[in-house]
Amino acid sequence: MFDVFIQKLYANFIQDDRYMYIVNGFFTTCKIALVAIVIGLLLGFVIAIIRSSYDMNKDHSKNGLGSILLSLANKICNLYLTIIRGTPVVVQLLIIYFVIFSTVNVNKTFAAICAFGFNSAAYVAEIVRGGIMSIDKGQLEAGRSLGFSYPLTMIFIILPQAIKNVLPALGNEFIVLIKETSVAGYIAIEDLTKGGDIIRSRTYSAFIPLITVACIYLIVVLVLSKLLNILERRLRAGER
Amino acid sequence: MNADNPLIKVTNLEKVFGKKGEISTHALDNVSIDINRGDVLVVVGPSGSGKSTFLRCLNLLEVPTGGSVIFEGQDITDPRNNINKLRMKMGMVFQQFNLFPHMTVLKNMTIGPVKLLKKSQQEAEKTAMELLERVGLADRAGSYPNQLSGGQKQRIAIVRALCMNPDVMLFDEPTSALDPEMVGEVLDVMKALAKQKMTMICVTHEMGFAREVASRVVFMENGRIIEDNSPKEFFENPTNPRLKEFLDKVL
Repeated sequence: MFDVFIQKLYANFIQDDRYMYIVNGFFTTCKIALVAIVIGLLLGFVIAIIRSSYDMNKDHSKNGLGSILLSLANKICNLYLTIIRGTPVVVQLLIIYFVIFSTVNVNKTFAAICAFGFNSAAYVAEIVRGGIMSIDKGQLEAGRSLGFSYPLTMIFIILPQAIKNVLPALGNEFIVLIKETSVAGYIAIEDLTKGGDIIRSRTYSAFIPLITVACIYLIVVLVLSKLLNILERRLRAGER
Repeated sequence: MNADNPLIKVTNLEKVFGKKGEISTHALDNVSIDINRGDVLVVVGPSGSGKSTFLRCLNLLEVPTGGSVIFEGQDITDPRNNINKLRMKMGMVFQQFNLFPHMTVLKNMTIGPVKLLKKSQQEAEKTAMELLERVGLADRAGSYPNQLSGGQKQRIAIVRALCMNPDVMLFDEPTSALDPEMVGEVLDVMKALAKQKMTMICVTHEMGFAREVASRVVFMENGRIIEDNSPKEFFENPTNPRLKEFLDKVL
């Protein structure tokens, strides 16, 4: 019984250096997830700020160029959110690789990073907007009454408080994103999931490679949530 | 600028809430008043009379729908004037304190001077500590706002506004959210401020404060200024029947 297990381990990982499928896949998954998180955060914050600025300023709107631009930007953001949140990420991935990048020869990983980054941005945007809207209006008024412009009030007063409040939800979004990258195999990227699956198809034994892959995802997620926990505690230090 | 000019000249100020065609409320109706340097103007009136709206229009937290507010020779409603620069000279204290909860007391007080007036951190902290000393809260410099009592928060909010070295202080019901035993400590700070000839505009329900400290008392109702008088005349010989009725109720 034990011998059989050892034999299977050997066939799945050591023979023909098959463990490299897992190792390479792990790094591909990490690369896609990390860069996508960064894109998602940057783009998500921009969208959130546009949307909440529009919401907060529309009641005393001046008819200047600025408010017309803001209103236009808000409409574009709404359209973006509707499309991204209304369609499955796999379909978006396929469209980006086979339709949008069909004529230009791009790296598959780059296409995946774009797909997951743009997808995540939509969710990050709504999380952050919720955080911004949850801050008492008095904070904005206090900042403005000291003489801070609207953008400076955002940077120094609203966003630091909002980020603290949305950190758990953002962490959740990162976790979802990491796991979502497992569909990258649809455009033949050899990520962690695909790596495990390739081993399965070579050795005809499903249990060991797939459970290994699952465990690696689990460890990554556990480490990430631990790190977020520490960050959250740091940010809250002294306040209570 | 001529020193005889009023510090704030309010002309035909009007504020209508709600869009055209919908049901709208006239919060301010043709309000005109001159506020001179050194005035301690107390605004009283029943709730919904437009007192707070009036105050908030003075630094454009509420955008008036008509009329003008000339502060130090500049019309604050004119979009060509930099409202942020003008607001630096108008301190504001809110009913709900609105301290920044993610900063220590000292940071609350220095962020404005450092980021906006481009003072050095040391210089700003020195001023802040002097002001904290004056209101008896120097030992709380390192505390966060939610470690303070309401009265302490409001005193910090007042000195935070003072850190910007404003020409006028606006108070929007500064004692209304406080426990009764904490009202005194905040009023004491405001009284001291009035003694130093700070120009103050204060919306309040504290009639004792109005009588004792104000140089002028204004009564508002339905978005209009009905009475504008010295506190002595205001409380002892009210002429307007609505004012008489109001004073009977609150005194």
